Amino acid sequence: MKRHFKFRLYTAGDTGNSTQARFNLAAICRHHLPGQHEIEIVDVLKEPKRALADGVYMTPTLIKLAPSPVQKLFGSLSQTETVLQALGLEIIKT
Amino acid sequence: MKTKNSDASSLSKTKTGIEGFDDITYGGLPTGRPTLLLGGPGSGKTLFALRFLVHGAQDCNEPGIFVAFEETSKRIVANAEVFGWKLIELQRKKLFFMDAQPSPELIQSGSFDLGGLLAAIGAKAKEMGARRIVFDALDILLALLPDEASKRREVYRLNDWLLKSGLTGLITSKASGNEASPFSVQFGFMQFMVDCAVVLNHRVTLGVSQRNLRVLKYRGSGFDENESPFIIGKGGFDVAIARTQGRMTGEVSLERVSSGVERLDTMLSGGYYRGASVLITGFPGTAKTTMSGAFAEAACKRGERTMFFSFDSDGAEVVRNLASVDIQLERYVKNGLLRMISARTISGSAETLLVRIKTLAREHQCRCLVIDPVSTLAKVGNELTAHSVAERLIDWSKADGMTMVCTSLLDELDGQSEGGTPLQISTIADTWIHLNYLVQAGERNRGLSIIKSRGTAHSNQVRELILSDAGVTLADIYTAGGEVLMGALRWEKESAERVANEVAEVAGKLKLVTLDAEEAVLEVRAKSLQTELVAKQVEKTLLHRTTESRKGALSRGRIRMQELRGGDVPLPVSKENVRVAKGRSR
Repeated sequence: MKRHFKFRLYTAGDTGNSTQARFNLAAICRHHLPGQHEIEIVDVLKEPKRALADGVYMTPTLIKLAPSPVQKLFGSLSQTETVLQALGLEIIKT
Repeated sequence: MKTKNSDASSLSKTKTGIEGFDDITYGGLPTGRPTLLLGGPGSGKTLFALRFLVHGAQDCNEPGIFVAFEETSKRIVANAEVFGWKLIELQRKKLFFMDAQPSPELIQSGSFDLGGLLAAIGAKAKEMGARRIVFDALDILLALLPDEASKRREVYRLNDWLLKSGLTGLITSKASGNEASPFSVQFGFMQFMVDCAVVLNHRVTLGVSQRNLRVLKYRGSGFDENESPFIIGKGGFDVAIARTQGRMTGEVSLERVSSGVERLDTMLSGGYYRGASVLITGFPGTAKTTMSGAFAEAACKRGERTMFFSFDSDGAEVVRNLASVDIQLERYVKNGLLRMISARTISGSAETLLVRIKTLAREHQCRCLVIDPVSTLAKVGNELTAHSVAERLIDWSKADGMTMVCTSLLDELDGQSEGGTPLQISTIADTWIHLNYLVQAGERNRGLSIIKSRGTAHSNQVRELILSDAGVTLADIYTAGGEVLMGALRWEKESAERVANEVAEVAGKLKLVTLDAEEAVLEVRAKSLQTELVAKQVEKTLLHRTTESRKGALSRGRIRMQELRGGDVPLPVSKENVRVAKGRSR
């Protein structure tokens, strides 16, 4: 059974960390979740009220909306191991 | 906001609402610029920051944002409730709390930045028209950044953003314990970056806690460089400052206020000056409290709000004890004019006491203040600060136009010297009254003398202070044979004098009576002599008249005789006749 992953990534324009996070997330999805993910990118600089409403302050922040539980990560997602662990993807892999 | 200080006219400042702090910095924090507030744990950073926002929202119509990295806003609001700040009410419109604590569930992977946070805040600030912002415990957030370079980068980002936004910012951060350089390594560069940096510290000296605030730097503005003590009290954050020269604002008054002892007023040619600081020194039991009680009663009688700080005994006890010498304070306590503060249990540094005194006095809006005894300030652990605290106490009471009576205990072991008080406030007090004992002829009596009283002619005499159920009075003392007489000896001398007086009086009366009698006798004699005189005069007139008539009768008789004899030419009585008569006889 393939689970469907729903991500929301909050970024702040094209700052280094945000760009990195976008790339890193895309890479992880490509490798581990091909065809079973959905990414929504929220640019906080453009939609600051959304960040306020969602309580997201550090950019970039990744929220895994589905499958439950909801999980929050922040940072450039450069440490792939940590990201995978947090998303519960390591178990699937092995 | 214009500042008081001319040298900073170009720089506009934002008031923090912390009175002492606004004085130190001549107006507050630099408007539209970030300020760094550093301090150890529990040094009052959050409170300072919160006060700054509350003042803006409540009093200046400047909404503010509080970005909390450490404590949750709920806890902050609850904690602030103690100080009577209505945060919940303000939160609706003028105060926004942003909970930006990194939650424990949050997982970090790689570096991040504050871009999103600042964008979100920017939107909020625009929406509510915020003018002030606080970043509380920025160090918590920075600790998450993986390396020095990114920390530095984010701090610069924040600084730039603040400068662009035009918000008056306050960034708080923990400081290392090292007093010489309160900046931790990661904040080392921050002190160069920000325009204003303030350090709070909390020390314990000989078991007494001392909180101090110091402005480290303030670009483009003058400031008081010294450490200023502060306390966290009922009203929040109070900074005690020493008024520097040229900032004395106290009005000098020529009005006199009664000392409560009539004869003492006379000795001081009218009483204490309004706004003066009066020091009453003496050994234990020399009636210092009584003297200050008399002053308090006199003040209440004039209808002036008065506050009595008693560090030695309970306020109610003082009232009861003073009633025994007819100083009735109870009714004034009841009607609220007089406030008795039993401060025996208040412990803490001299600074704490000073701020307490100030706060309470301000609350009570008092015009007359009694501190009994002021030497409490110099309790163990406070020796270093007590002197400056006492000075500031006097400065402050003068600036507020308050008349203050302090008592000060002199250590009996120090001998009978009148050289000075433990706090050396005798030099700055305006009037110094000294009470002492004189042991003589098996009695211990109280003597009062005025050691100094600035700007007032004052009696140089030592008076005996008498306490009785009829009140407090002063009596003249007698000097006899180089010795001062007091108490029973004085009474004896007085009675002796009284007896002597009476004797003299009676003698005088007696003399008067005698003289009266003599006068009466003389008057009678004068009258009889007068009568006699009149009689003599009458007699004399009578004599004249009879002599005349006899002469007339004689001459008439002779002529008649000649006529009757008819023989001779009648002899005229003229000279011719006489000559003719002579010639004839020859």
